[in-house]
Amino acid sequence: MKRLLALSVALIIGISAGSVRAAAPVAINGAGASFPFPIYSQWAYKYEQTTGVKLNYQSIGSGGGITQIKAKTVDFGASDAPLKTDELKQAGLVQFPMVIGGVVPVVNLPGIPSGKIRLTPALLADIFLGTVKRWDDLALKAENPGVNLPAKEIVVVHRSDGSGTTWIFTNYLDKVSPEWHGKVGTEKAVSWPAGVGGKGNEGVAAFVQQAEGTIGYVEYAYAVQNKLAAVQLRNRAGKYVTPSIASFQAAAAGADWKGAPGFSLVLTDQPGEGSWPITGATFILVQKEQGDGARARAMLSFFDWCLRSGAAQAEKLDYVPLPTGVIELVEATWKGEVRSAGTAVWP
Amino acid sequence: MRRRNVAARRLVDLAMRLAAGGAAAAGILALAWILATVVARGSSAFSWDFFTRLPTPPGVAGGGLANAMLGTLLLTGLAALVSIPIGLMAGVYLAEFGRESRFAAAVRMATNILMGVPSIISGVFVYTMLVATLGHFSGYAGAVALALIMLPVLVRTTEDMLLLVPGALREAGLALGTPRWRVTRDIVLRGARKGLLTGVLLAVARVSGETAPLLFTSLNSPYWPGRLAQPTANLTVTIFSYAMSPFRDWQAQAWGAAMLITLGVLAASLCARLLVRGK
Amino acid sequence: MAVSGRRLPSPAADRIFRAAAGLCALSVLVLLALLVSTLGWKSLPAVRAFGAGFIWSNAWNPVTGAYGALSSISGTIASTLIALLLAVPLSLTIAFFLVELAPPAVSRPVGVAIELLAAVPSIIYGMWGLFVFAPLMSRHLQPALARLGGGSSLFAGAPMGIGVLTAGLILALMILPFMTAVVRDVFSLVPTVVKEAAYGLGATTWEVARQVTLRYGLRGVIGAGVLGLGRAIGETMAVTFVIGNEHRLSLSLFAPGNTIASTLANEFSEASDPLYVSSLVYLGAILLMISVGIQWAAHSWLARVERRSGAWR
Repeated sequence: MKRLLALSVALIIGISAGSVRAAAPVAINGAGASFPFPIYSQWAYKYEQTTGVKLNYQSIGSGGGITQIKAKTVDFGASDAPLKTDELKQAGLVQFPMVIGGVVPVVNLPGIPSGKIRLTPALLADIFLGTVKRWDDLALKAENPGVNLPAKEIVVVHRSDGSGTTWIFTNYLDKVSPEWHGKVGTEKAVSWPAGVGGKGNEGVAAFVQQAEGTIGYVEYAYAVQNKLAAVQLRNRAGKYVTPSIASFQAAAAGADWKGAPGFSLVLTDQPGEGSWPITGATFILVQKEQGDGARARAMLSFFDWCLRSGAAQAEKLDYVPLPTGVIELVEATWKGEVRSAGTAVWP
Repeated sequence: MRRRNVAARRLVDLAMRLAAGGAAAAGILALAWILATVVARGSSAFSWDFFTRLPTPPGVAGGGLANAMLGTLLLTGLAALVSIPIGLMAGVYLAEFGRESRFAAAVRMATNILMGVPSIISGVFVYTMLVATLGHFSGYAGAVALALIMLPVLVRTTEDMLLLVPGALREAGLALGTPRWRVTRDIVLRGARKGLLTGVLLAVARVSGETAPLLFTSLNSPYWPGRLAQPTANLTVTIFSYAMSPFRDWQAQAWGAAMLITLGVLAASLCARLLVRGK
Repeated sequence: MAVSGRRLPSPAADRIFRAAAGLCALSVLVLLALLVSTLGWKSLPAVRAFGAGFIWSNAWNPVTGAYGALSSISGTIASTLIALLLAVPLSLTIAFFLVELAPPAVSRPVGVAIELLAAVPSIIYGMWGLFVFAPLMSRHLQPALARLGGGSSLFAGAPMGIGVLTAGLILALMILPFMTAVVRDVFSLVPTVVKEAAYGLGATTWEVARQVTLRYGLRGVIGAGVLGLGRAIGETMAVTFVIGNEHRLSLSLFAPGNTIASTLANEFSEASDPLYVSSLVYLGAILLMISVGIQWAAHSWLARVERRSGAWR
């Protein structure tokens, strides 16, 4: 009995004190947005299989990602809400986009297939404002003739944590609805006039999946992976579009990355007949001054791999990979701004 | 008049008996339902992969929670390693040396207060002390948060168990000329060892099911626990994030992990009961 | 341990032992002091900004930097109250059933089962609440309650399945095993001779239960209730899954809300603005004061009960 105890104590101390995997370097830690979590986790998985370098990405929300990278508790943070240049300067951070995706309103109405429900920008805003309360509201019925809308109350599902997805979504609502602009505004966490809060894109998707009569907003990959019904939105050109990689690409086509300092660009409500109105890029934040140069280089190598070799995986999940021109801009920024002990970390 | 009274009282008695039986059945049924759900959904997740493989991204099959299981064992083990000696010795002090002093009374009050601290506050506290200051999440911080919860329980249990040992035994040892420390070690501690082991088992069992203290300290990781100065995989935080996710395979794994923890806790509790019974 | 031919006991060894034990005891005090001072220090900015008005302010806007604890405190109180309203009578009846009505063949295994259930991690209850109970609530129980209530504002709102009522019910189930075990112990402390005297006078079982057992063990039952209250108030996991995470006050039990613990669990790791963090710690400090106060009251009450009934301690 005593020997068993001594043995287990020794084992615990042994495993705790030493490194179990001596071959691979220490895992790179990142945390933040749940928007790109499906693609980041796939990329990290593939990258470890290819190179052996481990990447631990925790989906805690854009707000969490910004907090943790500012506190330097992680190697990189991820946020869909881009930081402004003065905030970047103050925190000593470098920001760059990784991938583009779409935020999609999803509904759970049994019997109504995905893409059937049509919403105008005003209707969408009214639903989330709580002024349109029922699915069989006259305005909804007028927009969707021939659709059998149930006589149920609308249950709005939004985010309970600080979210870049919320930022993109409210940015769009702020642009298209003066009432939303006046009452709520746009931020990572707003004072929601109605609804229930879910944690992360995962939480919102789970709530919508479980309860009938719900409407929420999630990044498109979540809608696809969990077979949630998306809605059609009327875009700036007056056309009804369904979310798809084609409509995200159309929205991203006109983006002027070169002219945006800190890559701080917003892709909502873009012109174009096929554009999805709630498109957005998601960003990575790293410290300007890196303590460990080798570790920083390993981290940037991962991002380089994702940008150059990860396009196919991204497209499979309906994310829009960055165009080559933008990749060059991003890597030029790395070269110019990310330093360790005075020297540039990249290439 | 008397006969009616008795009949009425008998009726009331019968009604209340039925109500009591019914309420008992309802309550017990609800609890049994919960256990049944855990077993049904959890055991369907059990597979060789579940116990041996690392987690895979959502949608990729064949993932498991082996790293989280190891992580929970490590974190709980480390927490026990830290809190058991301190808790035991503090309990020894209170039982053997501190029967009357004001210092001992203060320690007892502090122990009671610490026992009432919600586990999430423990996590907030350790985050402030060990994560924000040192600049990274770590398994060590998680273990400390767990140890914080175990410590007052162990102090209290140790004191209670040691006080059960009759004073006459101590006096006999001392009368024979044995030094105080040997009396404590060889007579008192040895005499109370079954109760002490029970207390340790229950404290460890309780803490292994805790999620809140680990949320902001050890976070989580999809890899094997290597160096504990990093986010460390563990079952409870995994359950939390997997269960709140919309991915079916992750939800199934969350149930599996939940069942595993429940089984572990139940096994430890049963062992504790058997130990006490065997006394 | 031979008596003769042995060297005399060394007072130094004893002194070292006592000092070591004393140091460990001191560490408990140090730990508490550290905990209290850290929480106090970290919550100071929020205390300075909001003062005691924090407690009844309903604001919660990370954008404008206005924070208030009212919705969290009221959610904590509401869910705990619902839990107690259900768990106290249920635990009394189950304990009564086990002690008085059930034959030993039933009461012993059921008693063991109840004690084992008290050890089940609370996250299990949260998961069961979200996946099994919430759909049930949303489809059957909530519409039924709304019909019974006849449009009362207590049951207003869409039946989402999650919300303050669901959280309260799940909490009730969570504290039920623990409270039943304590109440059963209290009931079994009632001296048989008193009960037999009552039976001898012709009392029915129910009358003995109400006028003898309950009256005798009232203090202990109250203590058990207070202990259950203490556990429910600080509970995080069982509640966070099903309460809906909304910083809004609402009369309706169907509405989502939050508790102090669920707010901390959801928002702590992402709060970056110092006032935000400080407000969250302020919330935590309030929770700490409430739960410690309750635990302390429960323990001193129960200690008085045990002393009265002549238990070994």
